[in-house]
Amino acid sequence: MEQKIHNILRWFFYGVVVRPILLLILGFNARHMERLKPRGAHLIAANHNSHLDAMVLMSLFKLCDLPKVKVVAAKDYFCRTPLMAWFSINVIGVIPIDRQGGADNPIQPVIDALEEGYTVIIFPEGSRGDPEQQAPLKYGVTKVLEAHPDVQITPVYMHGLGKALPRGEALLVPFVCEINIGEPITWHGDRAKLIDSLAASFAHLKSEMEVKPWQ
Amino acid sequence: MIRFFDNPVHLGLAIVIGLLMAASFIVFLLQKLNQNGDYKELSDRVKSWWVMVGVFSIALLSSPVISVIFFGLISFLAFKEYISVIPLRKADRRVLFWAYLTIPIQYVLVASNQYGLFIVFIPVWVFFLLPFRLILAKQTDGFLQSVSAISWGLMITVFAVSHAAMLMQFPVTKDHVAGGAGLILFLAILNQGNDVAQYVWGKLLGKNKIVPDVSPNKTWEGFLGGVGTTMVMSVLLYSFLTPFSFIFALFIGAMLALTGFIGDVTFSAMKRDLKIKDAGALIPGHGGILDRIDSLSLSAPLFFHIVRFFYY
Repeated sequence: MEQKIHNILRWFFYGVVVRPILLLILGFNARHMERLKPRGAHLIAANHNSHLDAMVLMSLFKLCDLPKVKVVAAKDYFCRTPLMAWFSINVIGVIPIDRQGGADNPIQPVIDALEEGYTVIIFPEGSRGDPEQQAPLKYGVTKVLEAHPDVQITPVYMHGLGKALPRGEALLVPFVCEINIGEPITWHGDRAKLIDSLAASFAHLKSEMEVKPWQ
Repeated sequence: MIRFFDNPVHLGLAIVIGLLMAASFIVFLLQKLNQNGDYKELSDRVKSWWVMVGVFSIALLSSPVISVIFFGLISFLAFKEYISVIPLRKADRRVLFWAYLTIPIQYVLVASNQYGLFIVFIPVWVFFLLPFRLILAKQTDGFLQSVSAISWGLMITVFAVSHAAMLMQFPVTKDHVAGGAGLILFLAILNQGNDVAQYVWGKLLGKNKIVPDVSPNKTWEGFLGGVGTTMVMSVLLYSFLTPFSFIFALFIGAMLALTGFIGDVTFSAMKRDLKIKDAGALIPGHGGILDRIDSLSLSAPLFFHIVRFFYY
Protein backbone atom coordinates (compact mmCIF):
# COMPACT_ATOMS: atom_id res chain seq x y z
CA MET A 1 0.00 0.00 0.00
CA GLU A 2 2.72 2.43 1.05
CA GLN A 3 4.70 1.43 -2.03
CA LYS A 4 1.69 2.27 -4.21
CA ILE A 5 1.40 5.74 -2.71
CA HIS A 6 5.09 6.30 -3.30
CA ASN A 7 4.72 5.22 -6.92
CA ILE A 8 1.79 7.59 -7.46
CA LEU A 9 3.76 10.43 -5.88
CA ARG A 10 6.69 9.61 -8.12
CA TRP A 11 4.54 9.58 -11.26
CA PHE A 12 3.11 12.93 -10.25
CA PHE A 13 6.52 14.36 -9.34
CA TYR A 14 8.18 13.35 -12.62
CA GLY A 15 5.21 13.42 -14.99
CA VAL A 16 3.57 16.65 -13.86
CA VAL A 17 6.38 18.63 -12.23
CA VAL A 18 9.92 17.64 -13.21
CA ARG A 19 9.56 16.53 -16.81
CA PRO A 20 7.44 19.43 -18.14
CA ILE A 21 9.68 21.97 -16.38
CA LEU A 22 12.89 20.38 -17.64
CA LEU A 23 11.49 20.05 -21.17
CA LEU A 24 10.47 23.69 -21.29
CA ILE A 25 13.41 25.27 -19.49
CA LEU A 26 16.16 23.04 -20.83
CA GLY A 27 14.92 20.72 -23.53
CA PHE A 28 16.67 17.46 -24.33
CA ASN A 29 18.31 16.42 -27.53
CA ALA A 30 18.60 12.68 -26.92
CA ARG A 31 20.11 10.10 -29.25
CA HIS A 32 19.53 6.33 -29.16
CA MET A 33 16.69 6.59 -26.67
CA GLU A 34 15.69 3.01 -27.55
CA ARG A 35 18.80 1.80 -25.69
CA LEU A 36 17.48 3.19 -22.41
CA LYS A 37 15.01 0.76 -20.92
CA PRO A 38 14.80 -0.92 -17.56
CA ARG A 39 15.65 -4.59 -17.90
CA GLY A 40 15.73 -5.94 -14.38
CA ALA A 41 19.00 -5.60 -12.52
CA HIS A 42 20.98 -3.20 -14.68
CA LEU A 43 23.37 -0.29 -14.28
CA ILE A 44 23.17 3.05 -16.08
CA ALA A 45 26.51 4.88 -15.87
CA ALA A 46 26.42 8.62 -16.56
CA ASN A 47 28.91 11.46 -16.43
CA HIS A 48 28.26 13.92 -13.61
CA ASN A 49 28.06 17.69 -14.10
CA SER A 50 25.17 19.06 -12.13
CA HIS A 51 22.59 18.47 -9.40
CA LEU A 52 20.13 18.19 -12.27
CA ASP A 53 21.78 15.02 -13.65
CA ALA A 54 19.83 12.62 -11.45
CA MET A 55 16.45 14.14 -12.26
CA VAL A 56 17.16 14.46 -15.97
CA LEU A 57 18.19 10.80 -16.19
CA MET A 58 15.13 9.71 -14.22
CA SER A 59 12.80 11.73 -16.45
CA LEU A 60 14.20 10.06 -19.56
CA PHE A 61 12.43 6.84 -18.54
CA LYS A 62 8.81 6.16 -19.37
CA LEU A 63 6.53 6.96 -16.43
CA CYS A 64 5.43 3.33 -16.17
CA ASP A 65 9.08 2.22 -15.86
CA LEU A 66 9.96 4.72 -13.12
CA PRO A 67 9.12 2.46 -10.14
CA LYS A 68 11.81 0.06 -11.38
CA VAL A 69 14.57 2.72 -11.52
CA LYS A 70 16.68 4.22 -8.75
CA VAL A 71 19.46 6.78 -8.82
CA VAL A 72 22.54 6.99 -6.63
CA ALA A 73 23.06 10.33 -4.87
CA ALA A 74 25.07 11.85 -2.03
CA LYS A 75 23.52 11.21 1.37
CA ASP A 76 24.89 14.43 2.87
CA TYR A 77 23.10 16.49 0.20
CA PHE A 78 19.85 14.67 -0.43
CA CYS A 79 19.18 13.54 3.15
CA ARG A 80 19.94 16.74 5.08
CA THR A 81 16.66 16.62 6.99
CA PRO A 82 14.38 13.65 7.73
CA LEU A 83 11.71 15.14 5.44
CA MET A 84 14.18 15.57 2.56
CA ALA A 85 15.44 12.05 3.15
CA TRP A 86 11.90 10.67 2.95
CA PHE A 87 11.18 12.67 -0.20
CA SER A 88 14.50 11.79 -1.88
CA ILE A 89 14.25 8.08 -1.19
CA ASN A 90 10.55 7.51 -1.84
CA VAL A 91 9.58 10.13 -4.40
CA ILE A 92 12.74 11.06 -6.32
CA GLY A 93 13.95 7.46 -6.14
CA VAL A 94 17.35 8.14 -4.60
CA ILE A 95 19.73 5.53 -3.18
CA PRO A 96 21.66 7.62 -0.63
CA ILE A 97 25.39 6.94 -0.57
CA ASP A 98 27.48 7.88 2.43
CA ARG A 99 30.50 9.74 1.04
CA GLN A 100 32.09 10.36 4.43
CA GLY A 101 32.99 6.70 4.66
CA GLY A 102 30.97 5.99 7.78
CA ALA A 103 29.67 2.70 6.44
CA ASP A 104 31.95 -0.28 5.88
CA ASN A 105 31.00 -0.56 2.25
CA PRO A 106 29.50 2.66 0.89
CA ILE A 107 28.22 0.99 -2.27
CA GLN A 108 26.40 -1.82 -0.44
CA PRO A 109 23.00 -0.10 -1.05
CA VAL A 110 23.61 -0.31 -4.82
CA ILE A 111 24.37 -4.03 -4.55
CA ASP A 112 21.18 -4.49 -2.51
CA ALA A 113 19.05 -2.59 -5.06
CA LEU A 114 20.38 -4.73 -7.91
CA GLU A 115 19.56 -7.77 -5.78
CA GLU A 116 15.95 -6.55 -5.72
CA GLY A 117 15.93 -6.22 -9.52
CA TYR A 118 16.18 -2.43 -9.84
CA THR A 119 17.81 -0.56 -12.69
CA VAL A 120 20.30 1.72 -10.90
CA ILE A 121 21.73 4.99 -12.26
CA ILE A 122 25.29 5.56 -11.07
CA PHE A 123 27.94 8.23 -11.62
CA PRO A 124 31.31 6.48 -11.91
CA GLU A 125 33.17 9.80 -11.60
CA GLY A 126 31.96 10.05 -8.02
CA SER A 127 31.13 13.57 -6.87
CA ARG A 128 30.53 16.22 -9.51
CA GLY A 129 33.75 17.37 -11.03
CA ASP A 130 34.41 20.68 -12.70
CA PRO A 131 31.47 21.30 -14.99
CA GLU A 132 31.81 19.57 -18.36
CA GLN A 133 35.29 18.29 -17.45
CA GLN A 134 35.23 14.56 -17.23
CA ALA A 135 36.90 13.33 -14.04
CA PRO A 136 38.78 10.00 -13.97
CA LEU A 137 36.41 7.09 -13.46
CA LYS A 138 36.52 5.49 -10.03
CA TYR A 139 36.62 1.83 -9.23
CA GLY A 140 33.46 1.74 -7.09
CA VAL A 141 31.48 0.48 -10.05
CA THR A 142 33.70 -2.59 -10.38
CA LYS A 143 33.02 -3.52 -6.76
CA VAL A 144 29.33 -3.57 -7.58
CA LEU A 145 29.99 -5.78 -10.60
CA GLU A 146 32.08 -8.20 -8.56
CA ALA A 147 28.99 -8.78 -6.45
CA HIS A 148 26.74 -9.02 -9.53
CA PRO A 149 28.93 -10.32 -12.39
CA ASP A 150 26.07 -10.77 -14.87
CA VAL A 151 24.77 -7.19 -14.60
CA GLN A 152 25.42 -5.04 -17.68
CA ILE A 153 26.20 -1.30 -17.77
CA THR A 154 24.63 1.15 -20.22
CA PRO A 155 26.76 4.31 -20.53
CA VAL A 156 25.01 7.68 -20.91
CA TYR A 157 26.86 10.86 -21.83
CA MET A 158 25.25 14.21 -21.09
CA HIS A 159 26.33 17.69 -22.07
CA GLY A 160 24.84 21.06 -21.20
CA LEU A 161 23.63 20.54 -17.64
CA GLY A 162 26.99 21.68 -16.29
CA LYS A 163 26.44 24.92 -18.20
CA ALA A 164 22.84 25.27 -17.04
CA LEU A 165 23.47 24.64 -13.34
CA PRO A 166 27.12 23.95 -12.44
CA ARG A 167 28.39 23.12 -8.98
CA GLY A 168 28.22 26.01 -6.53
CA GLU A 169 25.72 27.98 -8.63
CA ALA A 170 22.14 28.58 -7.59
CA LEU A 171 21.10 30.45 -10.73
CA LEU A 172 19.79 28.23 -13.51
CA VAL A 173 20.46 29.45 -17.04
CA PRO A 174 18.60 27.54 -19.77
CA PHE A 175 20.76 25.49 -22.13
CA VAL A 176 19.71 22.62 -24.37
CA CYS A 177 20.87 19.33 -22.86
CA GLU A 178 22.51 16.87 -25.25
CA ILE A 179 22.20 13.21 -24.26
CA ASN A 180 23.71 10.20 -25.97
CA ILE A 181 23.09 6.61 -24.88
CA GLY A 182 25.56 3.82 -25.62
CA GLU A 183 25.46 0.05 -26.07
CA PRO A 184 25.53 -2.02 -22.86
CA ILE A 185 28.93 -3.13 -21.57
CA THR A 186 29.46 -6.59 -20.06
CA TRP A 187 31.71 -7.35 -17.07
CA HIS A 188 34.54 -9.80 -17.80
CA GLY A 189 36.16 -9.89 -14.38
CA ASP A 190 38.91 -7.34 -15.06
CA ARG A 191 38.62 -4.04 -13.21
CA ALA A 192 41.01 -1.99 -15.37
CA LYS A 193 39.49 -3.37 -18.57
CA LEU A 194 35.98 -2.39 -17.52
CA ILE A 195 37.04 1.13 -16.58
CA ASP A 196 38.84 1.42 -19.93
CA SER A 197 35.88 0.29 -21.98
CA LEU A 198 33.55 2.58 -20.01
CA ALA A 199 35.89 5.55 -20.61
CA ALA A 200 36.18 4.61 -24.29
CA SER A 201 32.41 4.43 -24.58
CA PHE A 202 32.01 7.88 -22.98
CA ALA A 203 34.59 9.30 -25.40
CA HIS A 204 32.78 7.75 -28.36
CA LEU A 205 29.36 9.03 -27.20
CA LYS A 206 30.85 12.49 -26.76
CA SER A 207 32.38 12.44 -30.25
CA GLU A 208 28.97 11.58 -31.78
CA MET A 209 27.45 14.79 -30.40
CA GLU A 210 28.01 18.41 -31.26
CA VAL A 211 29.42 19.45 -27.91
CA LYS A 212 30.18 23.12 -27.31
CA PRO A 213 32.29 23.43 -24.17
CA TRP A 214 33.03 26.83 -22.62
CA GLN A 215 35.72 28.67 -24.53
CA MET B 1 -16.60 30.97 -50.81
CA ILE B 2 -15.72 33.86 -48.56
CA ARG B 3 -19.32 34.08 -47.41
CA PHE B 4 -18.94 30.77 -45.57
CA PHE B 5 -16.25 32.30 -43.39
CA ASP B 6 -17.16 35.35 -41.34
CA ASN B 7 -13.54 35.72 -40.37
CA PRO B 8 -11.07 35.77 -43.29
CA VAL B 9 -8.41 34.33 -40.97
CA HIS B 10 -10.52 31.16 -40.71
CA LEU B 11 -10.57 30.93 -44.50
CA GLY B 12 -6.78 31.36 -44.62
CA LEU B 13 -6.26 28.62 -42.04
CA ALA B 14 -8.74 26.38 -43.87
CA ILE B 15 -6.64 26.76 -47.04
CA VAL B 16 -3.48 25.82 -45.12
CA ILE B 17 -5.17 22.76 -43.62
CA GLY B 18 -6.43 21.78 -47.08
CA LEU B 19 -2.86 21.99 -48.45
CA LEU B 20 -1.58 19.89 -45.54
CA MET B 21 -4.23 17.24 -46.19
CA ALA B 22 -3.09 17.15 -49.81
CA ALA B 23 0.54 16.82 -48.67
CA SER B 24 -0.33 13.98 -46.28
CA PHE B 25 -2.25 12.24 -49.07
CA ILE B 26 0.70 12.55 -51.47
CA VAL B 27 3.09 11.12 -48.86
CA PHE B 28 0.62 8.28 -48.22
CA LEU B 29 0.43 7.54 -51.98
CA LEU B 30 4.22 7.64 -52.33
CA GLN B 31 4.58 5.15 -49.49
CA LYS B 32 1.94 2.83 -51.04
CA LEU B 33 3.28 3.01 -54.60
CA ASN B 34 6.93 2.71 -53.77
CA GLN B 35 7.33 0.27 -50.88
CA ASN B 36 11.12 0.36 -51.10
CA GLY B 37 11.43 4.14 -50.95
CA ASP B 38 12.51 5.82 -47.73
CA TYR B 39 9.95 8.48 -46.95
CA LYS B 40 10.53 8.63 -43.21
CA GLU B 41 11.95 12.16 -43.24
CA LEU B 42 9.27 13.44 -45.61
CA SER B 43 6.54 11.83 -43.53
CA ASP B 44 8.09 13.21 -40.29
CA ARG B 45 8.18 16.64 -41.89
CA VAL B 46 4.50 16.57 -42.84
CA LYS B 47 3.51 15.27 -39.39
CA SER B 48 5.50 18.09 -37.79
CA TRP B 49 3.74 20.55 -40.09
CA TRP B 50 0.40 19.36 -38.70
CA VAL B 51 1.58 20.01 -35.15
CA MET B 52 3.04 23.42 -36.06
CA VAL B 53 -0.10 24.50 -37.93
CA GLY B 54 -2.26 23.25 -35.04
CA VAL B 55 -0.32 25.20 -32.42
CA PHE B 56 -0.12 28.27 -34.67
CA SER B 57 -3.88 28.19 -35.34
CA ILE B 58 -4.69 28.05 -31.64
CA ALA B 59 -2.24 30.88 -30.98
CA LEU B 60 -3.76 32.99 -33.73
CA LEU B 61 -7.42 32.39 -32.99
CA SER B 62 -7.66 32.17 -29.20
CA SER B 63 -6.73 35.65 -27.97
CA PRO B 64 -4.12 38.37 -28.60
CA VAL B 65 -2.42 37.56 -25.28
CA ILE B 66 -2.03 33.89 -26.27
CA SER B 67 -0.56 34.98 -29.63
CA VAL B 68 2.02 37.13 -27.84
CA ILE B 69 2.89 34.28 -25.45
CA PHE B 70 3.24 31.97 -28.46
CA PHE B 71 5.77 34.23 -30.17
CA GLY B 72 7.53 34.84 -26.84
CA LEU B 73 7.91 31.09 -26.45
CA ILE B 74 9.35 30.84 -29.97
CA SER B 75 11.87 33.55 -29.06
CA PHE B 76 12.80 31.73 -25.86
CA LEU B 77 13.26 28.35 -27.56
CA ALA B 78 15.18 29.92 -30.46
CA PHE B 79 17.49 31.93 -28.19
CA LYS B 80 18.13 28.85 -26.04
CA GLU B 81 19.01 26.80 -29.12
CA TYR B 82 21.24 29.62 -30.35
CA ILE B 83 23.29 30.00 -27.17
CA SER B 84 23.57 26.21 -26.89
CA VAL B 85 25.35 25.90 -30.25
CA ILE B 86 27.60 28.98 -30.28
CA PRO B 87 30.97 29.17 -28.51
CA LEU B 88 30.72 31.21 -25.31
CA ARG B 89 32.80 31.72 -22.19
CA LYS B 90 32.05 30.51 -18.68
CA ALA B 91 32.03 34.18 -17.67
CA ASP B 92 29.06 34.79 -19.97
CA ARG B 93 26.75 32.44 -18.04
CA ARG B 94 25.19 35.03 -15.78
CA VAL B 95 25.09 37.57 -18.59
CA LEU B 96 22.98 35.09 -20.55
CA PHE B 97 20.48 35.02 -17.70
CA TRP B 98 20.00 38.77 -18.16
CA ALA B 99 19.78 38.27 -21.90
CA TYR B 100 16.91 35.83 -21.34
CA LEU B 101 15.10 38.48 -19.29
CA THR B 102 14.82 40.71 -22.36
CA ILE B 103 12.31 38.21 -23.80
CA PRO B 104 9.44 38.79 -21.31
CA ILE B 105 10.12 42.54 -21.35
CA GLN B 106 10.04 42.75 -25.15
CA TYR B 107 6.78 40.78 -25.35
CA VAL B 108 5.13 42.79 -22.59
CA LEU B 109 5.89 45.82 -24.76
CA VAL B 110 4.26 44.01 -27.69
CA ALA B 111 1.19 43.05 -25.66
CA SER B 112 0.74 46.58 -24.34
CA ASN B 113 1.31 48.07 -27.81
CA GLN B 114 4.14 50.32 -26.62
CA TYR B 115 5.57 50.78 -30.11
CA GLY B 116 8.07 53.48 -29.12
CA LEU B 117 9.74 51.37 -26.45
CA PHE B 118 9.28 48.13 -28.37
CA ILE B 119 11.35 49.43 -31.25
CA VAL B 120 14.23 50.80 -29.12
CA PHE B 121 14.35 48.43 -26.15
CA ILE B 122 16.82 45.95 -27.65
CA PRO B 123 18.69 48.13 -30.20
CA VAL B 124 19.16 51.01 -27.72
CA TRP B 125 18.78 49.90 -24.10
CA VAL B 126 19.98 46.31 -24.24
CA PHE B 127 22.66 47.37 -26.72
CA PHE B 128 23.94 49.70 -24.00
CA LEU B 129 23.43 47.49 -20.95
CA LEU B 130 24.59 44.10 -22.26
CA PRO B 131 28.25 45.06 -22.83
CA PHE B 132 28.24 46.74 -19.42
CA ARG B 133 26.98 43.56 -17.76
CA LEU B 134 29.69 41.66 -19.66
CA ILE B 135 32.34 44.02 -18.27
CA LEU B 136 31.12 43.16 -14.77
CA ALA B 137 31.96 39.53 -15.59
CA LYS B 138 35.60 40.71 -15.38
CA GLN B 139 37.06 38.85 -18.31
CA THR B 140 38.28 40.78 -21.35
CA ASP B 141 39.58 37.76 -23.27
CA GLY B 142 36.95 37.03 -25.88
CA PHE B 143 34.86 40.05 -24.82
CA LEU B 144 34.16 41.20 -28.38
CA GLN B 145 33.26 37.69 -29.52
CA SER B 146 30.77 37.28 -26.67
CA VAL B 147 29.18 40.71 -26.90
CA SER B 148 28.68 40.38 -30.65
CA ALA B 149 27.39 36.82 -30.52
CA ILE B 150 24.87 37.54 -27.74
CA SER B 151 23.71 40.81 -29.32
CA TRP B 152 23.22 39.20 -32.74
CA GLY B 153 21.31 36.34 -31.13
CA LEU B 154 18.99 38.73 -29.29
CA MET B 155 18.38 40.75 -32.45
CA ILE B 156 17.50 37.68 -34.49
CA THR B 157 15.61 35.55 -32.00
CA VAL B 158 13.92 38.24 -29.89
CA PHE B 159 13.82 41.62 -31.64
CA ALA B 160 13.11 40.22 -35.11
CA VAL B 161 10.63 37.53 -34.04
CA SER B 162 8.73 39.99 -31.85
CA HIS B 163 7.92 41.97 -35.01
CA ALA B 164 5.76 39.06 -36.17
CA ALA B 165 3.83 39.34 -32.90
CA MET B 166 3.65 43.14 -33.19
CA LEU B 167 1.72 42.73 -36.46
CA MET B 168 -1.17 41.70 -34.18
CA GLN B 169 -1.48 45.32 -33.08
CA PHE B 170 -2.44 46.59 -36.53
CA PRO B 171 -6.13 47.42 -36.10
CA VAL B 172 -9.15 45.83 -37.72
CA THR B 173 -10.82 48.34 -40.06
CA LYS B 174 -13.98 48.28 -42.16
CA ASP B 175 -12.00 47.51 -45.30
CA HIS B 176 -9.59 45.13 -43.63
CA VAL B 177 -11.55 42.89 -41.27
CA ALA B 178 -8.73 40.34 -40.95
CA GLY B 179 -6.65 42.88 -38.98
CA GLY B 180 -3.26 42.01 -37.50
CA ALA B 181 -4.03 38.29 -37.31
CA GLY B 182 -4.59 38.33 -41.08
CA LEU B 183 -1.18 39.94 -41.63
CA ILE B 184 0.55 37.40 -39.37
CA LEU B 185 -1.12 34.55 -41.25
CA PHE B 186 -0.24 36.13 -44.61
CA LEU B 187 3.42 36.51 -43.57
CA ALA B 188 3.58 32.97 -42.18
CA ILE B 189 2.00 31.35 -45.26
CA LEU B 190 4.17 33.27 -47.73
CA ASN B 191 7.35 32.79 -45.75
CA GLN B 192 6.95 29.09 -44.98
CA GLY B 193 5.37 28.46 -48.40
CA ASN B 194 8.39 30.09 -50.03
CA ASP B 195 10.72 27.76 -48.09
CA VAL B 196 8.78 24.73 -49.30
CA ALA B 197 8.48 26.07 -52.87
CA GLN B 198 12.20 26.84 -53.14
CA TYR B 199 12.94 23.34 -51.86
CA VAL B 200 10.50 21.63 -54.24
CA TRP B 201 11.52 23.65 -57.34
CA GLY B 202 15.17 23.05 -56.46
CA LYS B 203 14.56 19.29 -56.21
CA LEU B 204 12.64 19.23 -59.50
CA LEU B 205 14.73 21.52 -61.70
CA GLY B 206 17.76 22.59 -59.66
CA LYS B 207 21.02 22.73 -61.62
CA ASN B 208 22.84 26.05 -61.20
CA LYS B 209 24.00 26.66 -57.67
CA ILE B 210 23.66 30.18 -56.25
CA VAL B 211 25.90 30.06 -53.17
CA PRO B 212 27.75 26.72 -53.31
CA ASP B 213 30.15 27.77 -50.53
CA VAL B 214 27.37 28.42 -48.04
CA SER B 215 24.43 26.23 -48.99
CA PRO B 216 25.10 23.69 -51.75
CA ASN B 217 21.41 22.78 -52.13
CA LYS B 218 20.32 26.29 -53.12
CA THR B 219 19.91 26.73 -56.87
CA TRP B 220 18.79 29.53 -59.18
CA GLU B 221 15.93 27.31 -60.39
CA GLY B 222 14.73 26.73 -56.82
CA PHE B 223 15.06 30.40 -55.93
CA LEU B 224 13.24 31.71 -59.04
CA GLY B 225 10.56 29.01 -58.72
CA GLY B 226 10.11 30.16 -55.12
CA VAL B 227 9.80 33.81 -56.15
CA GLY B 228 7.15 32.92 -58.73
CA THR B 229 5.20 30.65 -56.39
CA THR B 230 5.30 33.16 -53.54
CA MET B 231 4.05 35.94 -55.82
CA VAL B 232 1.16 33.69 -56.88
CA MET B 233 0.38 32.88 -53.22
CA SER B 234 0.44 36.59 -52.43
CA VAL B 235 -1.98 37.40 -55.24
CA LEU B 236 -4.34 34.63 -54.11
CA LEU B 237 -4.37 35.69 -50.46
CA TYR B 238 -3.93 39.46 -50.31
CA SER B 239 -7.55 40.41 -50.98
CA PHE B 240 -8.96 38.89 -47.80
CA LEU B 241 -5.95 38.76 -45.45
CA THR B 242 -4.35 42.17 -46.06
CA PRO B 243 -5.21 45.76 -46.92
CA PHE B 244 -2.75 45.65 -49.87
CA SER B 245 -3.31 46.68 -53.48
CA PHE B 246 -2.64 44.20 -56.29
CA ILE B 247 0.68 45.82 -57.25
CA PHE B 248 1.80 45.94 -53.61
CA ALA B 249 0.85 42.25 -53.19
CA LEU B 250 3.04 41.32 -56.18
CA PHE B 251 5.89 43.36 -54.76
CA ILE B 252 5.52 41.89 -51.24
CA GLY B 253 5.46 38.36 -52.67
CA ALA B 254 8.75 38.93 -54.47
CA MET B 255 10.25 40.70 -51.47
CA LEU B 256 9.35 37.93 -49.00
CA ALA B 257 10.80 35.30 -51.36
CA LEU B 258 14.05 37.25 -51.55
CA THR B 259 14.30 38.06 -47.82
CA GLY B 260 13.33 34.49 -46.96
CA PHE B 261 16.14 33.22 -49.14
CA ILE B 262 18.62 35.63 -47.56
CA GLY B 263 17.49 34.64 -44.06
CA ASP B 264 17.88 31.01 -44.95
CA VAL B 265 21.44 31.34 -46.27
CA THR B 266 22.41 33.63 -43.37
CA PHE B 267 21.62 30.82 -40.96
CA SER B 268 23.29 28.30 -43.28
CA ALA B 269 26.45 30.39 -43.10
CA MET B 270 26.25 30.46 -39.31
CA LYS B 271 25.72 26.69 -39.10
CA ARG B 272 28.55 26.10 -41.54
CA ASP B 273 30.81 28.29 -39.40
CA LEU B 274 29.85 26.27 -36.32
CA LYS B 275 30.20 23.00 -38.30
CA ILE B 276 26.75 21.77 -37.39
CA LYS B 277 23.95 20.53 -39.64
CA ASP B 278 20.93 21.54 -37.59
CA ALA B 279 20.64 23.90 -34.65
CA GLY B 280 18.56 21.41 -32.68
CA ALA B 281 16.21 18.45 -32.84
CA LEU B 282 12.98 19.84 -31.44
CA ILE B 283 10.90 19.38 -34.59
CA PRO B 284 11.16 15.88 -36.16
CA GLY B 285 12.17 16.11 -39.85
CA HIS B 286 12.94 19.82 -39.62
CA GLY B 287 15.74 20.11 -37.07
CA GLY B 288 15.53 22.75 -34.38
CA ILE B 289 13.22 25.70 -34.06
CA LEU B 290 16.00 27.95 -35.39
CA ASP B 291 16.12 25.84 -38.55
CA ARG B 292 12.39 26.43 -39.04
CA ILE B 293 12.25 30.16 -38.32
CA ASP B 294 15.55 31.18 -39.92
CA SER B 295 13.91 32.83 -42.94
CA LEU B 296 10.97 34.19 -40.92
CA SER B 297 13.02 36.01 -38.30
CA LEU B 298 14.90 38.09 -40.88
CA SER B 299 11.79 38.78 -42.98
CA ALA B 300 9.41 39.74 -40.17
CA PRO B 301 10.89 43.20 -39.32
CA LEU B 302 11.15 44.13 -43.01
CA PHE B 303 7.57 43.06 -43.66
CA PHE B 304 6.35 44.88 -40.53
CA HIS B 305 8.04 48.17 -41.36
CA ILE B 306 7.14 48.24 -45.03
CA VAL B 307 3.48 47.53 -44.19
CA ARG B 308 3.53 50.10 -41.40
CA PHE B 309 5.02 52.73 -43.72
CA PHE B 310 2.52 52.25 -46.52
CA TYR B 311 -0.69 51.25 -44.74
CA TYR B 312 -0.81 52.32 -41.07
